Amino acid sequence: MNILREILWPLVAVLAAFVVGGFVILLIGDNPVTAFGLLLGNSFGSPKDIGWTLFYATPLIFTGLSVMVAFRCGLLNIGAEGQLYVGAFAAAWVGIKFGGTVVNVFGKDENWSWMSLPAVVLLPMCILAAIVAGGIWGGIPGYLRAKFGSHEVINTIMLNFIAIALVGYFTQYYYKVPGDAIMQTAEIGKAAWIPQLNQFLPFLPKDVPLSLAFPLALLMCFLVWVFLWKTKWGYELRAVGQNASAAEYGGIDPKKQIVIAMTISGSLAGMVAISEVLGNRHNYYHDFSADWGFWGIAVALLGRNHPLGVIIASIFFAVLMRGQIFVDAFTPHVSKDVGQVLLSIIILFVACLQMYSTRRRMVKGTV
Amino acid sequence: MSESFFYAVLFLLLATIRLATPLIYAALGGLFSERSGVINIALEGLMLAGAFTAAVATYELHNPYLGLLSGMAAGAVVAFVYAVAVIRFQADQVVAGMAINFLMIGLPALISGAVYDSSGSTPQIDKAEQLPNYFNNLSIASLLVFILVPVVWYVLYKTPFGLRLRAVGENPEAADAAGVSVIRFRYIAVIISGVLAAAGGAYLSTGQSSLFTRNMTAGRGFIALAALILSKWRPIPALLACLFFGFTEAITNAIQGAPWAKMPSGEDIPVQFIAIIPYVLTIIVLAGFIGLSRAPKALGIPYRKES
Repeated sequence: MNILREILWPLVAVLAAFVVGGFVILLIGDNPVTAFGLLLGNSFGSPKDIGWTLFYATPLIFTGLSVMVAFRCGLLNIGAEGQLYVGAFAAAWVGIKFGGTVVNVFGKDENWSWMSLPAVVLLPMCILAAIVAGGIWGGIPGYLRAKFGSHEVINTIMLNFIAIALVGYFTQYYYKVPGDAIMQTAEIGKAAWIPQLNQFLPFLPKDVPLSLAFPLALLMCFLVWVFLWKTKWGYELRAVGQNASAAEYGGIDPKKQIVIAMTISGSLAGMVAISEVLGNRHNYYHDFSADWGFWGIAVALLGRNHPLGVIIASIFFAVLMRGQIFVDAFTPHVSKDVGQVLLSIIILFVACLQMYSTRRRMVKGTV
Repeated sequence: MSESFFYAVLFLLLATIRLATPLIYAALGGLFSERSGVINIALEGLMLAGAFTAAVATYELHNPYLGLLSGMAAGAVVAFVYAVAVIRFQADQVVAGMAINFLMIGLPALISGAVYDSSGSTPQIDKAEQLPNYFNNLSIASLLVFILVPVVWYVLYKTPFGLRLRAVGENPEAADAAGVSVIRFRYIAVIISGVLAAAGGAYLSTGQSSLFTRNMTAGRGFIALAALILSKWRPIPALLACLFFGFTEAITNAIQGAPWAKMPSGEDIPVQFIAIIPYVLTIIVLAGFIGLSRAPKALGIPYRKES
């Protein structure tokens, strides 16, 4: 019964959003049925479509998990965006410094790396760098919350701007190939590239950048589930989220849990680097994120703060994010922004309908 | 030397006022909402609603004042939607606010893509139809906002309306017991915040520039929110905080790519470090290092009438 309620309200929110979105499309002068057909109907028809959809879903799984862990401790992490930027840059930095990167500067080769490590060592190092950097960037607002009581929502918003500015600075002045008009770092060493699945799956076309990051994301879902529901630490974290004062009475230190939750949350957001930096672009590219940090909030919310829900919601969001390209191309008036509009309305409705499903209390503080 | 120095200072001062103007509107808007107990992360989206509608209305009606009014009306409508979500349905105020922000990035693009066949921006408004400038290119919007600040101060501290508004944000139960409708005051306050934030947005698209571009507020709503926190939710300090943030932006703009702006070593001055000052400052103040920043007591807590 409880499970049914958990599933029912997100579905109602999605349907209601499609009704409202349908009216918007009708007003614009296109046929909503055609538009929605294009939006939803191009995701699972072929290995290529499935591959692309799962590729789109991968960063959302990481950020959805990130926001979810914080949610479970009663915290709202708006900062996954900044955390994934820091994580991505850290991964790229390690990939350059330890990956034997040689850069061609105006016709002359320059060695930018300290050493050239084999993939067995380098790849885990890059992933670890992303996890540590993201974790620190998430841990800061956690610490500020625990120590000074300043609200994590405002702090994470501010840290998003700070992260993007700082990473932009290091890219622009230190790790951009001179003469490159694009704000991006030099390419990471080949040993730091995480294998794409088309190497193992012959039916997957070569242009689909779906990589081992996707199964890794699923693995993280499992690990987070084990951590939260099968370990003592996870129990303590959730206890604080459910009722901080009761948890404290039971001998759990809420402040410690807040720092732990935000650090784990940041680490998970930082892991977006695995999919994007190590698996797809093979460098750090400024503005690379399609607001994944923010959509992570929606994924966690729609996925009812459960890893399984996060996977389903991520794939659903990925369908919309890829489907909007087809709507843009094959309808006369509707542009690709239709996906963003629908997603926004879905979040609004999910937030509104929350009062009818199980209510999750947030730790009180000043915003 | 002294004359050129004078002009440089004047230039920086005017740029500061110009850049602070949209922030001041949004911060004053946020002030009403948050003083009534409703968090307003949606300021960014409300500004975008105003910016888009004003640009379209000015272009179609060839009158910036009608454009401004249309923008403010649009801000009121979007704010009403937000108010229904967070007051009637008690949606999480931060989540609903973010949803509004994202909706206002997508929806204007969707509409302008359909109407003008360009989802990136609206058509250019004639120079003559923009919001007019006076005294050294200061927009009428900048002049009006300096009148607005004392008006807001007066309303907040010297009128029965302001007293009740603050009571609703500090102690809704007591306000309710004294016969003040908490729900109604919060609706009004959120709608006022929409109108004011939208006015700031309208200035961006019809005063500072001559068209609306996708996500043109670029985080100004959040800067206004930061100014509000720094000012401890008071109008005059909010004005000063916005001016300070406008100043950092003016400096950043002046330095960026300027041939004279070099460090002693001959390298570019990294503007990123100046640009992040507002954000760092907000974190420091929130942590209580520069006096305690105390929010309205009932901020973020939905009101349930006991029955």
